[in-house]
Amino acid sequence: MFVIETKNLTYTYGAGTPFEKTAVDNVSIGVKKGEFLGIIGHTGSGKSTFIQTLNGLLRPTKGTVLLNGKDIWEEPKKIRSVRFQVGMVFQYPEHQLFEETVLKDICFGPGNMGLDKQEVEKRARLAAQFAGLPEELLDKSPFELSGGQKRRAAIAGVIAMDPDVLILDEPTAGLDPQGRDRLLEQISDYRKKRGNTILLVSHSMEDIARFADRVLVMNAGKAVMLDTTANVFSHGRELESMGLRVPQVTGILLTLQEKGYPVHPVLTVDEAVKELRPLLKKGDAHRGA
Amino acid sequence: MARDITLGQYIPGHSLIHRMDPRVKIALTFVFIIFIFVASNFEGLLIMVALMFAILLLSGVPLKQYFKSLKAILFIVLFTGVLNLFYGSGHVIWQWRFMQVTDGGICNALFVSIRIVSLILYSSVLTFTTSPTDLTDALERIMKPLKALHVKVHEIAMMMTIALRFVPTLLEETDKIMNAQKARGADLESGGVTQRIHAMIPILIPLFVSSFRRAYDLAMAMECRCYHGGEGRTKMKQLHMTNLDSAAIACTAVFCAAVIFCAAKFPAALHELR
Repeated sequence: MFVIETKNLTYTYGAGTPFEKTAVDNVSIGVKKGEFLGIIGHTGSGKSTFIQTLNGLLRPTKGTVLLNGKDIWEEPKKIRSVRFQVGMVFQYPEHQLFEETVLKDICFGPGNMGLDKQEVEKRARLAAQFAGLPEELLDKSPFELSGGQKRRAAIAGVIAMDPDVLILDEPTAGLDPQGRDRLLEQISDYRKKRGNTILLVSHSMEDIARFADRVLVMNAGKAVMLDTTANVFSHGRELESMGLRVPQVTGILLTLQEKGYPVHPVLTVDEAVKELRPLLKKGDAHRGA
Repeated sequence: MARDITLGQYIPGHSLIHRMDPRVKIALTFVFIIFIFVASNFEGLLIMVALMFAILLLSGVPLKQYFKSLKAILFIVLFTGVLNLFYGSGHVIWQWRFMQVTDGGICNALFVSIRIVSLILYSSVLTFTTSPTDLTDALERIMKPLKALHVKVHEIAMMMTIALRFVPTLLEETDKIMNAQKARGADLESGGVTQRIHAMIPILIPLFVSSFRRAYDLAMAMECRCYHGGEGRTKMKQLHMTNLDSAAIACTAVFCAAVIFCAAKFPAALHELR
């Protein structure tokens, strides 16, 4: 059973005008419950449009989006309830902060769900924890926080709605390498604890390789690949032709493989070390002889 | 949604009117507006209307666009027209208690309506055929003499240019923030007036904050390029008057002379209230 499924999903901007542009073209995919799905694609490949149809911010021109098997546009008046179940963190989410205190801002989402005040605050505090936001920051103004803290506060604001599916559009853009790793690890932890489904849009192939179970590759509005991370990244040349690439280590191993060395194109540095060790030993033996 | 709003009314083209010097266009538009009021009778007004139609056709902008710009002021035209019906002397045609319509009144209504419509159409030609940046450039040049009165002409023009430049950027930003808040369950569509105003807060505050951020960034970028105001600053796009502009000015002069002649020769059309 898929938690989110799209059937022949098509979205056209400015339909019926001379500026018509099909951003998402006949995409049919399914996301399994509890899965960590990476979404990669060149700038302008339709990723952002695609994810905005998943929580009903955009209404598909053609095709359907199914959430737990139900068409989300069956009752257009209830589209808000879909947005509580499919949480969306936009690029640079810190730009959406507006409340007087961080806690109040995190409460905005669950508050809109019509929960009682205590429950809202409970959720907000828990979400702040998941997002790695220290307790003492919650009473500060969001505009006093540092860039990374603001980002975490904004992400907490979405997590606080406790969505079944969490979509993140480049959540690490503009963060330093450490902040990036920590944020993604926290999101990964959050998924392990709550069993949510995560969709991560990223331009960092390394991040995708580290965290995603499966990867969806988009090109010119079409879903060109949807496979396990290892399988997708074994198509190095194809990805390059779409303006993408494989993680750097994987690239090295793919080149070695092409030159006839007996290695597998693995995805992380640790795995690569295991692949390369035996080769080096053999080389030492040659030199020694 | 916000992206559908077009900025200004400029319709790109290469017609004779498009190619004119924007300074001349602004000046002539002023002259036309003045002469619409100098024309005190139907004969004079007819000349101005004929000239207007010639310019509309020359501008190469679809007439449909001009009608659209009239739609916005339809109410004002009708309102003044109807009001003028009751203010006039002459033979009484229709009467009800204290209200009466005279042939003079009908004449007045027609005359005033034509005046307003031509006023709008003349200014539409200017905004349809001149890009906002050209307009500010020209305004800066035209207002230059005001510098003697310590009016910061260059700064005003720069502010106008920046404001125009950032309208589409801010619209895009609004769109983004609206989506982000909608994704958090913000309800922007339902509820009464107070509720809706309240619902705008989560959008207006981030928009305000980001405007200030952009302003800081822009100020910094301008400093970095040693911007220090208008003193000694040269223009990348020099405005030049060509033969086309001279011809336009000559034409206008002829028509204006004709209007003055009509005003002197024929009786005024507006009938005052007895």
